[in-house]
Amino acid sequence: MTHDNPALNIDQYKYGFSTDIETDSVGKGLNESVIRTISAKKEEPEWMLEYRLKAFAYWQTLQEPQWADLHFAPINYQDICYYSAPKKRPEQLKSLDELDPELLKTFERLGIPLSEQKRISGVAVDAVFDSVSIATTHKEELSKHGVIFCSISEALKTHPDLVKKYLGSVVPYKDNFFAALNAAVFTDGSFVYIPKGVRCPLDLSTYFRINAQDTGQFERTLIVADDASFVNYLEGCTAPMRDSNQLHAAVVELVTLKDAEIRYSTVQNWYTGDKNGKGGIYNFVTKRGKCIGENSKISWTQIESGSAITWKYPSCILQGNGSQGAFYSVALTHDYMQADTGTKMIHVGKNTKSTIISKGIATQHSRNNYRGLVKIMPGAENARNYSQCDSMLVGHEATANTYPYLEVKNDTAVLEHEATTSRLSEEQLFYLRSRGMTSEESISMLVNGFCKDVFKQLPLEFSVEAVKLIEMKLENSVG
Amino acid sequence: MLKVNNLHVSVNDKPVLKGLNLEVKAGEVHAIMGPNGSGKSTLSKVIAGHPAYKVTEGTMEYDINFKMTNILEMSPDERAREGIFLAFQYPVEIPGVTNFEFLKASYNALAKQQGFPTMDDEKFATFVKKKLEIVKLNESFLHRAVNSGFSGGEKKKNEIVQMAVMSPRLCFLDETDSGLDIDALKVVADGINRLRSPNNAFVLVTHYQRLLDYVKPDIVHVLSGGRIVKSGGKELALELEKQGYEAYI
Repeated sequence: MTHDNPALNIDQYKYGFSTDIETDSVGKGLNESVIRTISAKKEEPEWMLEYRLKAFAYWQTLQEPQWADLHFAPINYQDICYYSAPKKRPEQLKSLDELDPELLKTFERLGIPLSEQKRISGVAVDAVFDSVSIATTHKEELSKHGVIFCSISEALKTHPDLVKKYLGSVVPYKDNFFAALNAAVFTDGSFVYIPKGVRCPLDLSTYFRINAQDTGQFERTLIVADDASFVNYLEGCTAPMRDSNQLHAAVVELVTLKDAEIRYSTVQNWYTGDKNGKGGIYNFVTKRGKCIGENSKISWTQIESGSAITWKYPSCILQGNGSQGAFYSVALTHDYMQADTGTKMIHVGKNTKSTIISKGIATQHSRNNYRGLVKIMPGAENARNYSQCDSMLVGHEATANTYPYLEVKNDTAVLEHEATTSRLSEEQLFYLRSRGMTSEESISMLVNGFCKDVFKQLPLEFSVEAVKLIEMKLENSVG
Repeated sequence: MLKVNNLHVSVNDKPVLKGLNLEVKAGEVHAIMGPNGSGKSTLSKVIAGHPAYKVTEGTMEYDINFKMTNILEMSPDERAREGIFLAFQYPVEIPGVTNFEFLKASYNALAKQQGFPTMDDEKFATFVKKKLEIVKLNESFLHRAVNSGFSGGEKKKNEIVQMAVMSPRLCFLDETDSGLDIDALKVVADGINRLRSPNNAFVLVTHYQRLLDYVKPDIVHVLSGGRIVKSGGKELALELEKQGYEAYI
């Protein structure tokens, strides 16, 4: 296949630039004193420090999980810097316009203008740069509705009770190796609280940017939707191109109370490493939602197109009777990327329902696995699950696997599972082109056809971006 | 309309066509017959511009705006938009894309190039229903994914629908008759006959002469060893059927 448009060349990862900025960092290595330093820098309450130290002690007893189908050199956790923040701290600023112009420029280049004049209407943004949140837009408007949207560091100061009540309630630090690490060293992330009966007037969005070299990003996001509230939350991620691997180990916790709904969407475009698999982000993320209240809903929609390694299973605990969980995923891997991603749906309450739609596209030498668990607990009368896991292979070097696990402890459950594997071939492209469609239109049609059920779950403006991203990446790997 | 001169084509560096000549005029129906491996499918693919088939020598000219134009450098989609159509021997499955979306995108791609108005869903639905009737397919076909799970006969009929939607000037039909039972063959042949006009031309690439009982060719060519070794009227097809290809190899 020939490339008609050089602008679509993915060799130039357009987010690959780095920002030269003075930073305040703690130096490499991890021990109790580093954790104390991080906690002190953030002026955290004592209980938070204690929690971190407990998590750290526990983490030290653990081994990295080996069960995923991923292959990478051992990570030296002492060779990572656990805290890096721009020197000019945002807390001392009166308005966003006083923010370091370099930072404003960085986010503008990423398509996320933060300054008062230019910010995007209809979407409130929390911008996280390395270890800290540097700005949150539209705060006043949100506060009129009682919506709290701020960095988790700020929330620890302004709403400590809410944070204390829910932090670790969905993903306890004992959950897994990376969750324990995150609990010990998390630096920033977003906190959201939607009060009873409020439909959040704006979409909320957090944009994560890793900049500093040899620095890990350990963000923590907590979203609580009180009774009968609703929020649409979007997450985006990019990082500069660097030769060495960088670790990103986030924890995201969602809580829905009675009749509440959270829709959480991610477009993950971390740096993937180069053509030979050198560099790139190691993305080890624990995302989980708990539908505590009756008839509450949580949906995870993810477009995973970046990172050298992705280890990620956004899950739902369906505790409230009649609660519903959904997972919609498109994962594209190219070059030497490896993705092991999927979901867990844990049915606890009666009449709970879950939907899983996963689309994996593997090109070149990449590995792309779906791993999912549907678990029906004894008390989950009349639980329903529908799973559909499709893989598309491009070329002959890539591999795709599907690992569906089922644990059913209640006979009234009805589970449906469908899976397919297909190959996007030069023949398909030729067929479409011989019907008059250009190469770009053909790829777009093939990808849209394959991922349609997931793309339609994304908010409109996000969906356009996601489709373009996937098409552009695929365009470069087909041939 | 089409003039192929001294065409040499290689696939994976192996020469397949070795100096093929062919001239097709508007209103004509040609049949190209030949044994397995003679280069029939290669000729079809190379006319449509398949990237894996390399032209190493010769010329291929096609009438664009009343001017014979070298089309060797044109991409498959450019050729399609100029009215060259290939009915595939093995139509390709496109999961997740409905026949309706596919046919509409194809129609509109051609409409834009040829300067007539594009159609929205509603208009196209009315338009395409008439095209389905040509090969007696019902409307449910529009909502199925392109060729996915279609029977052999349905796939071939779907090719004819695409041809009807695109109304090309030059139609290459690559073994469209293979794998069809007699009823389906009649339906497909009838579809081809209904699309014939003084302004377009058909080239039927086939192994057997039975399609030619239903679509009468003006000229029959025998393709052997990568060259056209004999051309004649329709009686040539019958002769071939009787004597086999041996005499020409």
